[in-house]
Amino acid sequence: MAHIKEMVIISGKGGTGKTSLAGALSTLFKDKIIADCDVDAANLHLILKPEQILETKEFTGGKKANIDPNRCTKCGVCRDVCRFDAISEDFVIDSFSCEGCGACYFLCPSTAIDFSTQLAGHYFICNTSKNGRFVYAELLPGEDNSGKLVAAVRNEAREEAMKVGAGFILIDGPPGIGCPVISSITGTHLAIVVTEPTPSGIHDLKRIVELARHFQIKTAVVLNKSDINPLYTEEIKQYCNENDLAFIGEIPYETSFTKAQKEGMTILDFAPDCKASLAIKSIYKKILNILEEV
Amino acid sequence: MNIAFASGKGGTGKTTISVNLAYLLALSKQKIQYLDCDVEEPNGHIFLKPDILDKTTSEIMVPLIDNVKCTRCGMCSDKCQFNALATLPSDVLVFPELCHGCGLCVHICPEKAISEGKREIGRIEKGIAIQDIDFVHGILNVGEPMAVPLIQEVKHQYKRDYIRIIDAPPGTSCPVVKTISDADVVVIVTEPTPFGLHDLQIAVSVAKNLKKPIGIVINRDNGKFPLLETYLFENKLPVLMVLPEDLEIAKHYSTGNIILKTIPSYTEKFKELAVNIEKLLDTSKGRW
Repeated sequence: MAHIKEMVIISGKGGTGKTSLAGALSTLFKDKIIADCDVDAANLHLILKPEQILETKEFTGGKKANIDPNRCTKCGVCRDVCRFDAISEDFVIDSFSCEGCGACYFLCPSTAIDFSTQLAGHYFICNTSKNGRFVYAELLPGEDNSGKLVAAVRNEAREEAMKVGAGFILIDGPPGIGCPVISSITGTHLAIVVTEPTPSGIHDLKRIVELARHFQIKTAVVLNKSDINPLYTEEIKQYCNENDLAFIGEIPYETSFTKAQKEGMTILDFAPDCKASLAIKSIYKKILNILEEV
Repeated sequence: MNIAFASGKGGTGKTTISVNLAYLLALSKQKIQYLDCDVEEPNGHIFLKPDILDKTTSEIMVPLIDNVKCTRCGMCSDKCQFNALATLPSDVLVFPELCHGCGLCVHICPEKAISEGKREIGRIEKGIAIQDIDFVHGILNVGEPMAVPLIQEVKHQYKRDYIRIIDAPPGTSCPVVKTISDADVVVIVTEPTPFGLHDLQIAVSVAKNLKKPIGIVINRDNGKFPLLETYLFENKLPVLMVLPEDLEIAKHYSTGNIILKTIPSYTEKFKELAVNIEKLLDTSKGRW
């Protein structure tokens, strides 16, 4: 177990190119399991094209409460104790607002409330034609507990890695810094942050770096679209330098990313010799070096 | 009126579109409130440049155990759905990061040994932005998993008689649901790529589940992705505005500027967006 090295690609800000980089890196790492932990909006399968789903598992999230109108006396206790504004004046529970705490269920004097687990999503273990085993998930639209589903995907990836004896797990993470991100990065050996030279990119980079530091995770930075604003590119490099972050590469703005995506391919398969692909190959080598040390 | 901007996929342009619409409406002397509910990575302030006049911390409840009254009966830890409490022979342990602040343990403790403490999860900042836009955002503490209570707090800052423009977080799970739950209209910003389309479909089903009128903004359009048009047509989703792929926009974005200030020729586009949102509201009122 200890010999499996886990790396996670995160960004803070959405749309900086996490999944495009993850797809490209998965063609370079030979001995790995790939896990898509952006469970709200999983995209990696669109370019990795899993050819065979080996196993589909159900994910049950937390419980949800439901009032039985026949048993309900409309006493109002549930509305008083619910802190999530989930119960309407006519005593119907909005399942999207229900936090699943059970306060109404346990405190209803007429035991008129049901409280049961519900299907909240699925996760899939698949084979890709060229890139080995791949685990990804689909949270049902609007469900909560995405952090738990991330944990389930990561567990599955670890089990697969043990089974096939893989040396690496490559995780495509979600945007933001909240619950599913925390669940994606804890216990990994390296967080690779993809940023862009814009005010929002820098702003969000600083918060995600702080998050990785909070969980004591070694962090490397990749700058995507590095040629769109030289001023901010400089600022990001300086920030990395001052904060002891490994700056492991710049990827120039490249229209082939979108073209590759439309073909359902990674950029390394679609345009192996473009500048962006060359940059990613060099980034790959730097990641290998860092992972050897951690 | 609440206009929420959501996207599914991150980085499609929610913030760009929402701050520019806020700016345009404010220019025409309407009372505008902009609320940034992307509390994990709030970016609206970069463009709207508010003077922050008020900062408050946001807290959620955590249980405080009175060890003298507590009999270690285990009721609280048994009923807590979030594993935030554990009863040991000598002690009840509290795990604050797992607590959702529901208050169930306080109610059910037979010894009345639990009271409510507070734990800071982030802060709310309020101020006045360019063109007198009333500005509110929430900033989640780094390392804090509980985004939803902070989003709820941002929404408690609603001002009456304002048009409220609400910037949602990316994704399609609970923070998004919380953000758009009381929207009068949900504008979903997408881009013509396979990733964009895939996540758009999930975002649309979230908004549909909540029975919200939905309008679409296509950003960075280059006319080369017919799958998106087919999807929108088949699902009868109205397109409120199309912004072309334009390096000028990207350039101004990358300097933290409002597009309409620097490229006034886009004003007509955003006027059209405002009109289309209003139309969508009118037709949906008849429907719901």
